[in-house]
Amino acid sequence: MSELKATRDAYGDALIELGKKDKNVVVLDADLSESTKTAKFREHFPDRFFNMGIAEQNMIDVAAGLSTCGKIVFTSTFALFATGRPWEQIRNTVAYSNLDVKIAASHSGISVGADGSSHQSLEDIAIMRVIPNMRVIVPCDAPESFKATIEAASIPGPFYIRFGREKVPVITSKNDDFEIGKARVLKDGSDVAIISCGMMVFLSLEAAQMLEKEGINAAVIDMHTIKPIDTKILSQFADKARAVVTAEEHSVIGGLGSAVSEFLSETLPVPVYKIGTRDTFGQSGNPVDLIKKYKMTAGDIAEAARKAVSRK
Amino acid sequence: MKYEEKSLKRKAAELRIEIVDMITRAGSGHPGGSLSAIDLLTVLYYSIIKVDPQKPDWNERDRFVLSKGHAAPAIYAILADLGFFPKEKLTGLRQFGSILQGHPDMRKVPGIDISTGSLGQGLSVAVGMALAGKIDKKKYKVFALLGDGEIQEGQIWEASMAAAHYNLDNLCMAVDHNGLQIDGKIEDVMNPSPIEDKFISFGWKVKSIDGHSLKEIYDAWNWARSTENGKPSAIIAKTVKGKGVSFMENVVGFHGKAPTKEQGREALDSLKKALNGVK
Repeated sequence: MSELKATRDAYGDALIELGKKDKNVVVLDADLSESTKTAKFREHFPDRFFNMGIAEQNMIDVAAGLSTCGKIVFTSTFALFATGRPWEQIRNTVAYSNLDVKIAASHSGISVGADGSSHQSLEDIAIMRVIPNMRVIVPCDAPESFKATIEAASIPGPFYIRFGREKVPVITSKNDDFEIGKARVLKDGSDVAIISCGMMVFLSLEAAQMLEKEGINAAVIDMHTIKPIDTKILSQFADKARAVVTAEEHSVIGGLGSAVSEFLSETLPVPVYKIGTRDTFGQSGNPVDLIKKYKMTAGDIAEAARKAVSRK
Repeated sequence: MKYEEKSLKRKAAELRIEIVDMITRAGSGHPGGSLSAIDLLTVLYYSIIKVDPQKPDWNERDRFVLSKGHAAPAIYAILADLGFFPKEKLTGLRQFGSILQGHPDMRKVPGIDISTGSLGQGLSVAVGMALAGKIDKKKYKVFALLGDGEIQEGQIWEASMAAAHYNLDNLCMAVDHNGLQIDGKIEDVMNPSPIEDKFISFGWKVKSIDGHSLKEIYDAWNWARSTENGKPSAIIAKTVKGKGVSFMENVVGFHGKAPTKEQGREALDSLKKALNGVK
């Protein structure tokens, strides 16, 4: 078993790094700083951390105001409240004017677990992706989360960066190249391309191992940037494998699977099977049981791959 | 800057003409709330605020947030008059390809510090600007203008709480209290009163004024900008919607409706008479 680390932890570490490098980095949180790990930044830079209380709409527009005065602002809370509650503030004030606000949210997806549906964000990728100027990043592990945070700070304009609560296997290395908008091929393969994001990436690697035993050679692609999506890699692998599976800890409506389908349906129509929640809310439970319940296990990904291959 | 009543009065009269002219040409827009706000904005821009039309992005400038973004014609008329952009652009209000969008766009119009239009958001943005001023130990002030219907938005009170919590005494806000919103009188639609008491209880310093008395406005903006006691300042300015055009005054229908060409001519005639009266 590889090392385990929560992506939100790496986010907190990256904030400290950014705080040291650039005095214009400011962090806002909405009463969840211990959970989102912005507390790490607060300890080092108390003068540049502001708790905005349980008031997410205000937090987003305060961030907008700060950014007009030269600040690079990170706003953090749980994914559902970071994107859902202040959606219109993000759309009209942050994104419309292309302001330097980085919405970095933790506790995304079904793996939040015990808190139940009210805290399980399964729509956030969709509602952020639809906004012009917004870039959407879903890192797969801790090292990638660290790099995504650092890089997002260096690119002007709004970002949504999605982190998780649970510790997940570290599958990339500190020294691996990382570039926003450039997918990473974790395993090459020619029979089917599994394109995934977040913690679904390590499950996709497991699925690829299962398939290998059956003689199906699956590629696994870490599509950490959902917008702008890496169309070059998509074209290359759809052309090579002629069968695609997407996997995300999110609804199949509007997320990674939709983004992949939107591109391929216009350019290179091949079967695309989607792993994710299917137009449903979540419920309380431990993450393992929930992943099983909503058919998002490595076995489910492998099964989707078999179906996709059989369609060729 | 000095208070010069006659020149301010003349300026406000000229700007009223620009506003009505722009909206009449455009055939759409919000005359009522532009005319109720123009005295507050005239005094602010011609005797209080520190901005430089040659350097709209000057770091040390005072900031202004038109939270009631539908009063765009009022701020456009002022920015054009001050030379932030050529006056000829005013004829393009709300037209395809124009920098003068229906609601202000900071990426298109020099002198607009933040894009607005969706109500309830501007005060939070102003809080962010004021917070940046505190972080950077800058002397600039942040001015904001809100509508009285707008304060029905819950976010206004989130922002009010934050402004007091972070002791933003560099934040100077005014409410254009004209008493009307699209669906009728604010007290019938959703009564926000007592407005003064609400801001006081949220930790603000509050002053109520006649929003068409230039002297009261001048004193109030000065009071707001010079108060340094850890509290943000709120000016509750009683105004008349459509002020200056008799058939628009207190008529809710002119919230978001342009006058007809004929009405526009009539309004301009009376406004020009008023301007001559000042001279």
